[in-house]
Amino acid sequence: MRDTVSPTTPPLRPIGEVLLKVEDIRLSFGGIRALDGVSFEIRQGEILAIIGPNGAGKSSLLNVVNGFYRPREGTITYKGKPHRGMRTHEAAASGIARTFQNIALFKSMSTLDNIMTGRLTKMRTGLLAQALYLGPAQAQEIEHRRVVEKVIDFLEIEAIRKVPVGKLPYGLQKRVELARALAAEPDLLLLDEPMAGMNIEEKQDMCRFILDVNDEFGTTIALIEHDMSVVMDISDRVVVLDYGRKIADGTPDEVRRDPAVIEAYLGVAH
Amino acid sequence: MAASSLAALEAVASAPRDEPRPVATPEPAADDTFPKLVLRHATVRGDRPSMREKEFGIWQTRSWAEAAAAMRSIACGFAALGMQRGDKVAIIGDNRPQLYWSMLAAQCLGAVPVPVYQDAVADEMLFVLDHAETRFAVAENQEQVDKLIGIKDRLPQLGCIVYKDPRGLRHYRQDCLLSLDAVQEQGGAFNAAHPDFFLNEVAKGSGSDLSVITYTSGTTGRPKGVMLSFDNLISAARLSVAFDRLNANDQVLAYLPMAWVGDHLFSYAQAIVAGFAVNCPENAETVMTDLKEIGPSYFFAPPRIFENILTQVMIRMEDAGLLKRHMFRYFMRLARRCGVSILEGKPVSLTDRALHSLGNLLVYGPLCNALGFSRVRVAYTAGEAIGPDIFIFFRSLGINLKQLYGQTESSAYCCLQADDDVKSDTAGPPAPGVELKIAADGEIMYRSPSVFVGYYKNPDATATTLTPDGWVHTGDAGVFTESGHLRVVDRAKDVGRLNDSTLFAPKYLENKLKFFPYIKEAVAFGDQRDFATCFINIDLDAVGNWAERRGIAYTSYTDLAGRDEVYELIAGNIATVNRDLAEDAALAGSRIRRFLILHKELDADDGELTRTRKVRRGTIAERYGDLIAALYSDRASVPVEARVAFEDGRTSVIRAELKIRAAAG
Repeated sequence: MRDTVSPTTPPLRPIGEVLLKVEDIRLSFGGIRALDGVSFEIRQGEILAIIGPNGAGKSSLLNVVNGFYRPREGTITYKGKPHRGMRTHEAAASGIARTFQNIALFKSMSTLDNIMTGRLTKMRTGLLAQALYLGPAQAQEIEHRRVVEKVIDFLEIEAIRKVPVGKLPYGLQKRVELARALAAEPDLLLLDEPMAGMNIEEKQDMCRFILDVNDEFGTTIALIEHDMSVVMDISDRVVVLDYGRKIADGTPDEVRRDPAVIEAYLGVAH
Repeated sequence: MAASSLAALEAVASAPRDEPRPVATPEPAADDTFPKLVLRHATVRGDRPSMREKEFGIWQTRSWAEAAAAMRSIACGFAALGMQRGDKVAIIGDNRPQLYWSMLAAQCLGAVPVPVYQDAVADEMLFVLDHAETRFAVAENQEQVDKLIGIKDRLPQLGCIVYKDPRGLRHYRQDCLLSLDAVQEQGGAFNAAHPDFFLNEVAKGSGSDLSVITYTSGTTGRPKGVMLSFDNLISAARLSVAFDRLNANDQVLAYLPMAWVGDHLFSYAQAIVAGFAVNCPENAETVMTDLKEIGPSYFFAPPRIFENILTQVMIRMEDAGLLKRHMFRYFMRLARRCGVSILEGKPVSLTDRALHSLGNLLVYGPLCNALGFSRVRVAYTAGEAIGPDIFIFFRSLGINLKQLYGQTESSAYCCLQADDDVKSDTAGPPAPGVELKIAADGEIMYRSPSVFVGYYKNPDATATTLTPDGWVHTGDAGVFTESGHLRVVDRAKDVGRLNDSTLFAPKYLENKLKFFPYIKEAVAFGDQRDFATCFINIDLDAVGNWAERRGIAYTSYTDLAGRDEVYELIAGNIATVNRDLAEDAALAGSRIRRFLILHKELDADDGELTRTRKVRRGTIAERYGDLIAALYSDRASVPVEARVAFEDGRTSVIRAELKIRAAAG
């Protein structure tokens, strides 16, 4: 992976402008403050990890970013435009794709068809035209299939192209979910625990794919992950949440040394 | 469609029976190298397919003209990089058109390609590249490039690494590293500047030049570099193409390692001589799907692959509904009775013939189609003995599966079975152009125009293998049957005797065991012992499926292999083999008395199998000496600790308590 690159190599990818800016987000469920004034930004081309103990508000934060939850307060600026009330389909159409903590695939559909659904927001022909397979619909489907096949090749899942997803082992289902998100050709990819429940080998594969996606397509990635070695290995920057508040934000090394983080994770004797 | 393909097979099988077999038509002497032959195809059948590769889910066809153009641009690119006549070029990767073209390109310049097993660990690769003194390496992808970079410090003569697939390599900063696209680009410029260079270089080549160095898989000791000339390979290809009437319309799937001489003959030499199309699978995991899509007319597989296919069929049939299961059993019984006779055009009763046609409609046709064998006209197996039952299973389906015997040193074959003269337990009579004899000590020896030039930088080994008058010692023990076929008994040095002087041929026992779908690999012991014993490797797919249907939970291979139920299952299989052995007076003494199931799969990465998946008895006897000792003691179990090497060089340790069981019969 990256360690094969000599130390004199210039930075791998240019980290660019701010792509997404989240300011002072507050979100409550009844009396529980899931997010309590969280602010952070994601820059073009970076891999950002969001970590924190259980219930810290990590998934809620992703859900706010992709429009699944509406925050009570706060603003989200995406690609320079404020998006306080962005809905999920608007988020998807504007280039935000995501995967889920619990796999959300169509179990009885093939891998290929599942990935094809990732192209949904980009289908421009109507139901009737598609059903009759009219000229434009046909041309579009071929174009979509081309993108899907590139993703299949990229994630090395050619052998399971026609296999119903429900029959696949867990690790491969996770990969199919990533494939579906990639098929949308996102600018910002949100991954909710992409490596949960995987064995070491599957984790390594997934790490390689995440780095490759970022490298080849320049996709900005925000991921939630519990495995600290993974987080430290692949992310450019780490945001740490605890009880709905951001307690640290910096490079993996900075975060690792941060007393607040150590306290949140290990507890401190008073 | 299935019925008609069978009819076609029958027609082939029953075709010219008494006519003399067509002999090789001499080609113009000018085409004595592969590059020259490719250039000829480019003019004669320029738009006909030469290679196909599945990319992004679609089969992409490259014509002979495109192949010739690619060969030219790569060759000129190599020249621009400074490749000289006699340089060695390592070729490392899965079967890809670009890698085959790189071999051709090297040969255009008089350089010698050295194909390397793509799954070789870095150390094995180091040995070959160091020994062959390769100045250039053409690697398929990042995985291979990483291995090469890892060993490059110890390979001072390796100047340049060319890769086909740029993925993941963008940030590599090694000076010596460049993409095949870049090579072709440089080649274009070089060609423009020196328009006569390419054809002049190709014209300099002659048949007696070295064509390729392929390293033997090395069942014993270090691999040896077998030097083959263009004359060796082209004569082997011409004779075998004529023998099986292969032609430009044939299709073959190139899925076996490029480093193995079989692939070099079938997907390279024969394809270039006959002009047929070579199809490269999408990747190693999709081979069975690709096989079905391509429907090759000419197919080769080592026995292990036929065993695996049969295992898969049996697993799927056990999962099928009651009706299908009964239908399958009934028609397979029928096929065993008359399928082979029908294939060979022998007289069969009218009722059987009618039933067989029905079976063809209901079972054989669809099954062949599902396996990708619908259009197979000629299929071969070789490398080691195939279980007679496995062999007959495929032939009874109407697949013209035959056997051959050969070695890297003979440019892949010495004996071939003709369509009308197939036996399950022989390797066929000597092939056209091959003289074969059994030496006084039982060793098979042969002489032919395809006999290798020598072992690279190993005159001692050459002297002990190749006699001054051109005979080659094979190291295999064999006999001629009454019908003039060669029967290979075993590696000569593996055949031994039990203490009561019963003949002990381990391979024979192992093949019998491996016919059971649950047994993937077996290693038998018995030479200079009181009785025979064996190690068993279970087949994870088959036993896993079996366990699942019985509600037996297991966590891993090691756990499953150690379960009492699995021991019962395997003991039953061994008892069946023992009953068979008991019927043969000569072998009754070599019945298997005790066995154990290994906690891990024997693996080429651990050096227990060769890269062509043959058992390395020496390594196994050494590594598992205490297990063998336990088999010959009265212990009921033995503790084991094994180091497992991964392809990237990491290792881990497995600990288990292996049970030892007595076998019935």
